[in-house]
Order: sequence, then structure tokens, then C-alpha cells
Amino acid sequence: MSEKTKHSEPLLRISKRDGLIWWKSWLVRAAAVALALVLCSVIIILITGYNPVQVYSAMIRGSFGTARKFWIMLQNLAMLLCISLAVTPAFKMRFWNIGAEGQVLVGGLATAAVMFYVGDRLPTALMIVIMLAASLAAGIIWAMIPAFFKAKWNTNETLFTLMMNYVATQLVSFFIMIWVPSGSSVMGIINQNSRAGWLPELFGQKYLLNIIIVAVITVAMFIYLKYSKQGYEISVVGESENTAKYIGINVKRVILRTMGLSGALCGVAGFLLVAGTNHTITTTTAGGMGFTAIMVSWLGKFNAGIMVVTSFIIVFLQRGAGEIATKFNLNQSVADILTGIILFFIIGCEFFVNYKINLRKSQKEGK
Amino acid sequence: MKKFLSIALILVMSLGLLAGCAGEPATPSGGGSDADFKVGFIFLHDENSTYDKNFMDAASAAAKACGLTDDQVLFKTGIDESDACYNAAAELVDEGCDLVFADSFGHESYMLQAAKEFTDVQFCHATGTMAHTEKVANFHNAFASIYEGRYLAGIAAGMKLNEMIEKGQITADGAKIGYVGAFDYAEVVSGMTSFYLGARSVCESATMSVTYTNSWFDIALEKEAALSLINDGCVLISQHADSEGAPKACEEKGVPNVAYNISTISMAPNTALISSKINWQPYMEMIINATKDGTEIPFDYCPGIKDGAVELTELNSAVAAAGTQEAIDAAKAELEAGTLHVFDTSKFTVNGETITSYMADVDTDDAFTPDTEVVSDGYFHESEKRSAPYFDIKYIDGITAK
Repeated sequence: MSEKTKHSEPLLRISKRDGLIWWKSWLVRAAAVALALVLCSVIIILITGYNPVQVYSAMIRGSFGTARKFWIMLQNLAMLLCISLAVTPAFKMRFWNIGAEGQVLVGGLATAAVMFYVGDRLPTALMIVIMLAASLAAGIIWAMIPAFFKAKWNTNETLFTLMMNYVATQLVSFFIMIWVPSGSSVMGIINQNSRAGWLPELFGQKYLLNIIIVAVITVAMFIYLKYSKQGYEISVVGESENTAKYIGINVKRVILRTMGLSGALCGVAGFLLVAGTNHTITTTTAGGMGFTAIMVSWLGKFNAGIMVVTSFIIVFLQRGAGEIATKFNLNQSVADILTGIILFFIIGCEFFVNYKINLRKSQKEGK
Repeated sequence: MKKFLSIALILVMSLGLLAGCAGEPATPSGGGSDADFKVGFIFLHDENSTYDKNFMDAASAAAKACGLTDDQVLFKTGIDESDACYNAAAELVDEGCDLVFADSFGHESYMLQAAKEFTDVQFCHATGTMAHTEKVANFHNAFASIYEGRYLAGIAAGMKLNEMIEKGQITADGAKIGYVGAFDYAEVVSGMTSFYLGARSVCESATMSVTYTNSWFDIALEKEAALSLINDGCVLISQHADSEGAPKACEEKGVPNVAYNISTISMAPNTALISSKINWQPYMEMIINATKDGTEIPFDYCPGIKDGAVELTELNSAVAAAGTQEAIDAAKAELEAGTLHVFDTSKFTVNGETITSYMADVDTDDAFTPDTEVVSDGYFHESEKRSAPYFDIKYIDGITAK
């Protein structure tokens, strides 16, 4: 810096870090969690008068208190992770797929339709194959519509995928209205007595199959994004479309293919939610996970391995929040406030991992 | 910085350690002494929904009246109508609950699933239809004869219409009521028809126009529906949906409103007339006491106005016509005495004809087949064959869908 252009330095200056050693970055994150817990403790004491340690232990019991709670936590984790994995290739490609909610919903709707219309007329194995195929197709179609418009006419995919969610919700309402002529708008458990089309329980655990399927998808997605040619193409298109074009990648094809994959996995999530978990379809079957998944994916830096951790954090906080609300007879909102604070610190600390704050150096030290 | 980080790390670790120690195993379920007794409640939303608030208030009051401590009463709010309901019920059983109650129609099949699995725990479900046919010993349905309350609230509406006609604000033919319904479903149809019959019992020229929101809770949609009815010339509005959307629209437009579940006088002082509501406290006290004492809970229970389960909230004297309270009290006495029937077939027609027979879908089946004759002795026997309403005649003459 020459003497001429030198101007007074601000008290605080933010600069990009070149990359923090892994253990330092994890220390920053641990510190953030600790600070969040301290702040939450203050809030707990101020507004509820409870002992924060008791509240935190209740929070932990929400996921680990009993074998049942542990399995529920794993199931919720698997579902959130599945949808997060589904949106990841699209986001890595910088395609803003806000439509996972709808893609999951139509996937679930397809499975529910097969369960409703076929009933117990087909053997379970064949039935499950048909249901899975229907869900995959539904998810793919729902994702490919905005992808096609994007690739062809460069429409805004954020708005388009978002709108498709509302269409999916209305579609579910419409079919429930047809299937339930009494007008109650409640499907109830489909095939409750025949259990036709229900995914089997493994070793007496009704969620185990869901969890295993998602575990396999996680590994596959990790390999796909990191080591496959297609995974590499996704990264290149995400970094720079022009570079991708220059090195001969067919950008349109990559967009369509990647969104197809994204939709297919959302379809699988819908299939698992209906056939393996709820055995019904409602407009809230996706339950907002299509949006939470975006946070999981970004927090996990599009790395399937880290996303296991980030979805665990979210599910752990959700389950803990419910437990606190029941245990201490608090409004769910109090638990949500605590969850919000913890998430805020976790997300916020990424700033300190990526940037550093420089204090103005004293004149003597300067040149 | 280093120092700070190490302090932070120590904090995290010590918190984790403390939390680990404080964890205690869940006590297994078991009846026996009163101190061990626990009851769990499952609610679809929280107290921000008038529907759930009505249940939550009743649950708290009943627990208090039965002498239960806070530790003996567990609330789970925001429980979806999905596998989450089964899990919530199972977790409550794990916590040692001897009785589990759920408040939403869509909870039913999951409650039934839990009842079949945990046979020594009682499961009670409001608004459902399956208990009387499934006959699972520890699974019970309940509702209340809310149509009686709607009828009485309808009288307040009819009196108001008469007053408006007398004052020359509207013509007799212009006595048109607007009704915002949630779904085109028996519970809603039964409610609107009894309300209309109540209004017409005092104002003969009254007609009613109905519109549906296809949602149980949607403030914006309900408000919009009420406004569109008002624009169509409706001079009084009532609703069967769980938000304050319609009463607020009425207050803005200065149109009288009859509400449901809660009194709306505080939010609409110039237009709120009266509300009908179900008081769940007697039922909740009954199931708590029956579970404690080991006595039987009815499969399908439907108390009415004479049991104190159906109530009217305070009449807003600033809005109501003169003599309204007296008219309501007289009709109430007749209902209690059994000399007046809401669905008296001589009081209404369908396509110009009096009905003498009607097959209702009382027993739940996949095809929704009408299976039970419900008209006899000159009236439609609502909520006698099953607690959940099944009056689904669309529509009696005088009511039209918008």
C-alpha cells in the first residue's frame, strides 16, 4: 500500500480467512454451542424459573430417554436426511429447488393412490415395487417441470418450484376429497387391517427398513457427488455455467438430469413416509421438512457425511423441544425459542469460521 | 482467544456431564394407588386454536377438579394426524399414563392402533366414529349433542333478524343468513341445519346461504368467505370453523355474528351475539374417575344440553334483540324436557317433501354405506346411534350452497 492511497483504517475490519485448521474451526463451533446454551440458560431462568440443567437433560431425554424415543429420533433423522440428500445435488448445481415439499408430497400421494386403489389384491412384494415406481415417477415429473422451463426458457426456478408446492398440496386435498366421500377430509390409516402395501418390519422394528434405505442412499450420494463424473459436472455447472460450457458440458442436460435425481429421491422420501411410516396421506405429510432440508444441506456444505450430523442436530432439537414442552408444561413456543437461539449460533458461527475480524492496529505498529 | 475457547469448551463439557447425570429412567406404567395415576392429553394444535383451547381448558379444569397434581397430567401439543399421534400416545404410556385422550378427528386410527397394543391403558378420542363398531375394550369415542346448542344460538339469530325487520332495516324476504362452513361434512351440515332451524323457529322468512373453506383453520379464508357472503346480501353470519376470521370480518362490516367454541364479545363487541360450545370438562372428569376406579367408560358417549356438556356463552345484550334470553331459556327447558326435538320432521322439508325415513352412515366402512334408519317418532334421531353427528341431508329447504 503506497503512502498516497493510505486512509484511516476502521476499528473493526472483516477479512476472509484462508482456511482454518479443522480443529480450530470445530473449536469455534463448540464455543458457539456453549454460548448458545449459556444464553438459553439465562432465558430459561428469566422466563420460566426452571433449572436450566434440568431443562437440558429433558432435552436430551427427548431423543435418548427410552428405546422408543431413540427409534423415533432415528426415523425422523432418516426422513429429514433423505429429503436433504435429495435437494443437495440441485443446490450444489446452484439450482434453487425450494420445491422438495411438493415433490415429497406427490411421491407420497402416488404411493397412497396405489395402496387405496389396489388394496390387498396383489402380493406385497409386487405392490411395493409398483408403489416405489409410482412415487419415483411422480417425484421426477414434479421436479422436471420447473427444470424443463429453466433449461428451455431460463424461467426463475425459485418461484416455479415454490409454486409447485401449493399445487401439490391442493392435489392431495383434491384426491382425499374423492377418496373420502363423507367429506371429513381425513384419510385415516390406509389398509389398517390388511396392511396391504405397508413396508415390512425388520426384527420387530417398524422404522428399521426406512433407516437402512436412507443409510444406503447417504453412502451412494456421497460417492456420486465426490467421485462420479456426473457429480463433477454438477460442481462445475454450480461454480460457473460458462466454464461448464467451455469444457463441453451440456448444461441443459445436467440441469434436467440433476433435477430428475432430486425429484426421484424426494419421491422415495414420500414413498417411505406413506408406506413405511404414516400409512396415510395428508396435506402435511411432508411437514415442512422440504424446507428444513435446505438448511440441513447448506449447513452440511453439501457433504452427505456432514449432513448426517446437521440433520441429527435439527431433529435432536425438535424432539428436545417437544419433550421440554410436555415435561415442564411450557408452551411449545418457549421450546422453539430455545431451538431458534441454538440454531442461530450454529449458523452464525460459520461466519467466524470463514472470516476473521481484525482490530485496528495501533499507529506504532503500522508503517 | 485461546483462553476464551478453553473456557467455552469446559462449559460445554460440564453441561453435558450434568445433563447426563440428571437423566432418569421412565417409570413403567401401572395403576394402583392414586398418586401413581397419570393422564396424557394429545392436542392437534396449541392454545392459539380456539378448538384446541376449548379442550385444553377443560382438561386442566377436570384434572384440578379430580385433585390431580401437575406431575400427573401430561400435555402433548401440536401432534399431527399421522404416525406422530401413535408415537405420542405410546410415549405417554411409557411415561406411566393410565389414560390417554386425543382431540382431533384424524387422530382416531392411530389412537385405535395404540389401544390395541397397550390393552391396560384407556384411550379416549373426541369426535371419532369407530369405537362402537371396532369394539376394542379400551378404546372410546365421545362427542356432545352440540346441535342443541346450535339450535338455541339460532334462536338468538332469528330474534335479531326479527328486530331488523321491525326496524325496517331489512324486508322479511331479506332475512338472509350467511354460514361459513369448514368442510362439506356431516358434523358441519348437522350444525348449520340445527342453527338454521333455530333461527327459523322465531323468524319464519329466514333463509341461509352456505360456503365452505375446505380447511378447519384458516383465518384469511374464513374472513374472505364471510365478506363474500355479506356482499351477497347476507345480513347475519355464523360459522363452523376454528378461527376468528369470520367474527372479525363481521365486526368490520357491522354485521351480527353467532360464533362457536369461544365467546367473541371481546374481539367483536358491536356485532357478537352469542356462541354455542361443547364443555368437555364433565366428560374428562368422568373418564379420569372411571380409570382411577376401574369402572367402565362408555364406548361411545354423547352428553347433551341437560348434562351440562353443551353450553351457550354469555349473550351480548348490546347487540341481541329484546326478549332473546327468555326465548332461549324457554326452548332450552323444552329440549331438556324432551318435548322439543331439533330435527322435528314436521318443521322442515327436503325438496318440498317431509321426510319419513332416512338411512344414515352410522357404522364406519370403507364404502361409506348408509346403514341405519334414523327417522322415527316424527324426528331425526341425531347423535343417538353414534356420538359423532350423522345428519348429512344437503340441504333442507331454505338452505342453499353458494
